[in-house]
Amino acid sequence: MTERSPTTEGTAVRQTAGTSHAGYGRGFWVKLAVMAVINAVGVMIILSAAQAQSWGILAGMAVLLVAADWVYFSRRALPLKYILPGFAFLLVYQVFVVLYTAGIAFTNYGTGHIGSQQDAADQLVAQNEQRVEGSESYPVAVVLPEGEDGGLLGEEELGFAVVVDSDVLVGTAEQPLRPAEGAEVDGDQVTSVPGYQVLDREEVLDRQTEIAELRVPFGEDEAEGALLTQDGRTAHVYEQTLVYDEEAETLTHVEDGTVYSPTEEGLFAAEDGTELAVGWRVFVGFDNFVTGIADTQTAGPFFEVLAWTFVFALASVVLTYLVGMFLAIAFQHERLRGRRIYRVLVILPYAFPGFLSALLFAGMLNERFGFINEVLLGGASIPWLTDPWLAKLSVILVNTWLGFPYMFLVCMGALQSIPKDTLEAASIDGAGALRRWWSVTLPMLMVPTAPLLIATFAFNFNNFNLVYMLTGGGPRMEGVEAPVGHTDILITMVFKISGLASGQATDYGLAAAMSLVIFLIVTVIAVISFRRTRSLEEIN
Amino acid sequence: MSENTLSAHGRSGRSGVARWFAELGWRHLVAVIASAVAVFPIIYIVSASLAERGTLTGSNELFRTITFSHYAGLGDTYFWTWVVNTLVIGLVTAVGTVLMGAAAAYAFSRFRFTGRRAGLATLLVLQMFPQVLAFVAIFILVLGLREVVPVLGLNSQLALIFVYLGGALGVNTFLIYGFFNTIPRDLDEAARIDGASHAQIYWTIILPLVRPVLAVVGLLAFIATFSDFVLARLILVSEERWTLAVGLYSWVAGELDANWGLFAAGAVISAAPVLILFLALQRYIVGGLTAGAVKG
Repeated sequence: MTERSPTTEGTAVRQTAGTSHAGYGRGFWVKLAVMAVINAVGVMIILSAAQAQSWGILAGMAVLLVAADWVYFSRRALPLKYILPGFAFLLVYQVFVVLYTAGIAFTNYGTGHIGSQQDAADQLVAQNEQRVEGSESYPVAVVLPEGEDGGLLGEEELGFAVVVDSDVLVGTAEQPLRPAEGAEVDGDQVTSVPGYQVLDREEVLDRQTEIAELRVPFGEDEAEGALLTQDGRTAHVYEQTLVYDEEAETLTHVEDGTVYSPTEEGLFAAEDGTELAVGWRVFVGFDNFVTGIADTQTAGPFFEVLAWTFVFALASVVLTYLVGMFLAIAFQHERLRGRRIYRVLVILPYAFPGFLSALLFAGMLNERFGFINEVLLGGASIPWLTDPWLAKLSVILVNTWLGFPYMFLVCMGALQSIPKDTLEAASIDGAGALRRWWSVTLPMLMVPTAPLLIATFAFNFNNFNLVYMLTGGGPRMEGVEAPVGHTDILITMVFKISGLASGQATDYGLAAAMSLVIFLIVTVIAVISFRRTRSLEEIN
Repeated sequence: MSENTLSAHGRSGRSGVARWFAELGWRHLVAVIASAVAVFPIIYIVSASLAERGTLTGSNELFRTITFSHYAGLGDTYFWTWVVNTLVIGLVTAVGTVLMGAAAAYAFSRFRFTGRRAGLATLLVLQMFPQVLAFVAIFILVLGLREVVPVLGLNSQLALIFVYLGGALGVNTFLIYGFFNTIPRDLDEAARIDGASHAQIYWTIILPLVRPVLAVVGLLAFIATFSDFVLARLILVSEERWTLAVGLYSWVAGELDANWGLFAAGAVISAAPVLILFLALQRYIVGGLTAGAVKG
């Protein structure tokens, strides 16, 4: 205590001297240190973005950095000092990504349409390389330039050394073949090259895949062709069959002279309609929305999934609410012994992680070996998860199991606010238990719980984990090309058609468009919710 | 109606058992059934984790055999790596969420500035939109960041934490904001007169007072990251970086039967701490959930 007092006095003195409101105390130096680190990291990211030519990331980072410096060194931005950290994350990973989704939704971004037109052309030229027919084959030595110890990326750059017309040529993927002085040759096989290490048989085998992908060009001009090898012993001359004309933006086939011109769909196509496999990203307007909603073959029966999503979310809310409320009413009695134990037991499903519950039920409901069929139903084989209707029922029932404790807890709280005399008055007026519930309890419970019901509805509308873990959306819909099943809700359907889960062809554009549709639906739900609860007006 | 009235009030003459049943007995009956339904799957998974044969059929006779081989078998898998990953990602996200959410809530509760109402309204609206909806864009963003800032790019756990922190403000600020509003402003005023700066008031006076709600927000954030599948699945590529949700799903996704014992053991271990924490903090959680949700 005594040690501390001088410091406190010191701060007080400085404050009264009016140097600064907060003084240059410990807090200021901590702030300065933190800001220094943030600035250093920020500048590093900006430089790195410049190098990678990612202008979007560069601009975003620069804006954030300037904002951070202004906020933390200006005296006029006090509230922002507290809001900015969270807000920055929110801006990038929630607001920006939504806008980005909207941007992607109007493009054909996805497998085959990843980069720019130039990227596509480069890739096509590289892919369409063919072994020159009747060309000579060269015995090749795989070499490693000396002194290149992996470099920054830890990747050593391999090369070839070959004898062509009794000259020894050496080159790598980046460095076209050129004559090498002082090389030793045994027959037609190069055995040593100054400045290079010749790999032995074993090393060649070790790096087989790397060597098979190695392409050493003959000259700076790509048209001169390149050497490639399959086995690390013999190389062949490969030449490009497509040539890109940057001015005309067309690709021409060397042999038959077919000209492939860019189309509006982001592909190179010949006049007869043949398209080359690699395309680029283009703006496609509302195509994705039309495909997603109207084309039942590629995107699955949108309306069927939409209807089921609503049914699922609504049924989940109603059932969990009814079960939870019934339990709350049943537990609502002072003289009920063991109430606390019952309460703990009943809320266990809510405390158990939801995705584990879903996987657990997937096992228990298994048609052949699951506990429910095998034991509870004495060896029945009811297709709980594989019949379209039963699977839907299972999803709703499992979700009820997961969700009723929440409603139970909510109703327990809300029930206490219902005055006893109102119920007694109803009772004296001759209302039976059911009537009292319908006319008194329910309406009075609805007032405080309505917003929760809407929130629960919105949550279940996008309850990805339950559906994906329990049924995987299955059983598959028949006669539909897209991997959509009978219990798929919108969000699981979008996840599947994005192609990101399966590792197959992706279609970001279509998935983004469908995400946007969900956004719109959720927005409508939100508007209704805020109208009803007037929570927006309560802000003051 | 008249029949109802009769049955409700004409009981006085009946025996004590009937009266007991009408008043309390049925409640016990309902409670026992509900408890059984609620607890049974959890008992089943515990039993399955101890069953000798790690298959679905082998798990159907509850507690017939008891062996810890599946628990031991977890050591031969990536399970414990996933546990550590999940804990690290969850804890960092929880702490970040609490710090950023509380700071923003403090500003909204204590300062008056232009854009304050709009900001609050925006947060309220954002609550309705789960981050998962933008998974395509998040994936592409993280993919792009890999070229520039690899540590925030694909297959980085920090990238996943950053994505989760993006959802921090939207979900939690309102909850904490409500609690800050219940702390009298006189307290701030008194401290300010004593010469405390806004930062001192925040760290030493306001935050300690709302510790329970901060614990709840932290726990909820932890559970949310613990349960997230989509974003973790997309961002974490290699198996040794996965979280429990991704890993445990992968065990049963293809062959439900083969890995059942292993899955059950893993599920019990991963659910236990969450279950215990939840039950310990349930009073705060329930209060927090209703308060937050009523506002939203």
